[in-house]
Amino acid sequence: MSNIYKAFQNKKAFIPFITCGDPDLETTLEIVKAAAENGADLIELGIPFSDPTAEGPVIQGANLRALKGGVTTDKIFDLVAEIRKTVTIPMVFMTYANVVYSYGAEEFISKAAALGIDGLILPDIPYEEKDEFKPLCEKYGLDLISMIAPTSENRIAMIAKEAKGFIYLVSSLGVTGTRSEITTDLASIVKLIRESTTVPVGTGFGISTPEQAEKMASVADGAIVGSAIIKLMEKYGRDCPAYVGEYVKSMKSAVVRAEG
Amino acid sequence: MGKTRLIAETGAGQHGVATATAAALFGMECVVFMGKEDTERQALNVYRMRLLGAKVVPVTTGTATLKDAVSEAMREWTNRLDDTHYCLGSVMGPHPFPTIVRDFQAVISKEIKEQMLLKEGRLPDAVIACVGGGSNAIGTFYNFIDDESVRLIGCEAAGRGVDTFETAATIATGRLGIFHGMKSYFCQDKYGQIAPVYSISAGLDYPGVGPEHAYLHDIGRAEYVPVTDDEAVNAFEYLSRTEGIIPAIESAHAVAHAMKLAPTLPKDKIIVITISGRGDKDCAAIARYRGEDLHE
Repeated sequence: MSNIYKAFQNKKAFIPFITCGDPDLETTLEIVKAAAENGADLIELGIPFSDPTAEGPVIQGANLRALKGGVTTDKIFDLVAEIRKTVTIPMVFMTYANVVYSYGAEEFISKAAALGIDGLILPDIPYEEKDEFKPLCEKYGLDLISMIAPTSENRIAMIAKEAKGFIYLVSSLGVTGTRSEITTDLASIVKLIRESTTVPVGTGFGISTPEQAEKMASVADGAIVGSAIIKLMEKYGRDCPAYVGEYVKSMKSAVVRAEG
Repeated sequence: MGKTRLIAETGAGQHGVATATAAALFGMECVVFMGKEDTERQALNVYRMRLLGAKVVPVTTGTATLKDAVSEAMREWTNRLDDTHYCLGSVMGPHPFPTIVRDFQAVISKEIKEQMLLKEGRLPDAVIACVGGGSNAIGTFYNFIDDESVRLIGCEAAGRGVDTFETAATIATGRLGIFHGMKSYFCQDKYGQIAPVYSISAGLDYPGVGPEHAYLHDIGRAEYVPVTDDEAVNAFEYLSRTEGIIPAIESAHAVAHAMKLAPTLPKDKIIVITISGRGDKDCAAIARYRGEDLHE
């Protein structure tokens, strides 16, 4: 078992997503520290990929900016070593299958685990193909995070039963990006998940405001936010850590309010 | 299936036109994603799709070519599943797309075989087709896979050459990876970032290849050869002049290799080339390649 469960022990969890290397790796280090200091319970570190098919325009932009800046998987491993000198909250990598596969899946996963990464999110690996990576994750103590979408329906029980760490509940159809309204009936999906597992549920895709985060956290165990943070990084560049910290603080308060 | 709307990606526009035609016939809504660069170099097909009632969405992300059109079609599909079917245009992507498309395309080798037996009383010695994702090629190969006397030859787009970065010859220059829902060969860098490939041919300008081709390559059943822009353009002109057939620039890659292979074989050998598309759509681009300022 990884340390991910700890992220859900401090009331409802707030989980920020950060693309590594946007605008540069030094700033990523400061963003992660600011997020951790301001109440983030778990951090998703995005390893940029040239063709991120699950992402909307905002995170696509961050991926391409980071790659253009010369970020590589090895440089991100170095960054994680640096982060782990001061930051102790759980962290997971979020990237695409080819980044892990081409590095050599075992080399990637063993290195990530040794550096203190707790889990791996690969949005382009469906449940049916998880054996490409899951046995290796288990061998090195990483949780391969399962995703459940509004369309998962009769696959929910099957996916939930084998879930480890936390379940990433995709709040809406489509790709990542802020939305003005989230209309999916998440409560009934969470109810189905609960019938199969006690693993905590974090919900993401489309969340940007404290009100949305509070609403999402009221039906799940935590809220995940990516694009809204990337927008701050894009707007403030190297000065963004303070703004991200402030934002994380307001979002953590919002999800805690959902506790009632 | 109850779907009322079709989406598709297209490179050269052939698959987009085919999907738009089917949609027009069945009274379905149709949206085709096409790299912005391809909408410019294949303007005639863009017009044909619009004429058939389809909406063509120019994709500006990444290299603005076929790979990005596929990504964008996938993104759109995740957003609208209830009424929409993704009509994927090659033997690629997640299962069962490579199988579905191969089964339809297999009519090519079925007809080649029937006609060859009828006219020549024997099987051909080699069949040749161009390979981007590889749909017409797998169709050309499929019914000959068990006939070991028949050489199966796929022609990849080498662009400006396999020793340059401006190439789309996946089997010649790529390595194993996982992308667009399939495990196959991909042009990529050391860290698995997909390479910005290049070919004069919009339909072959893709950094991957269908997984069944990767398999046929691995077991040594099919051969894959790179063909450059220059060789393809020469073949495009040669076939037009000598046979009165203007081939698509994609198919011209297969013609180019046949022109290299034929002189090495005895006269009684039979080579079949699949001309997977017509070249009207390419005339303006080839004229520009030759320095002639022709615009449609």
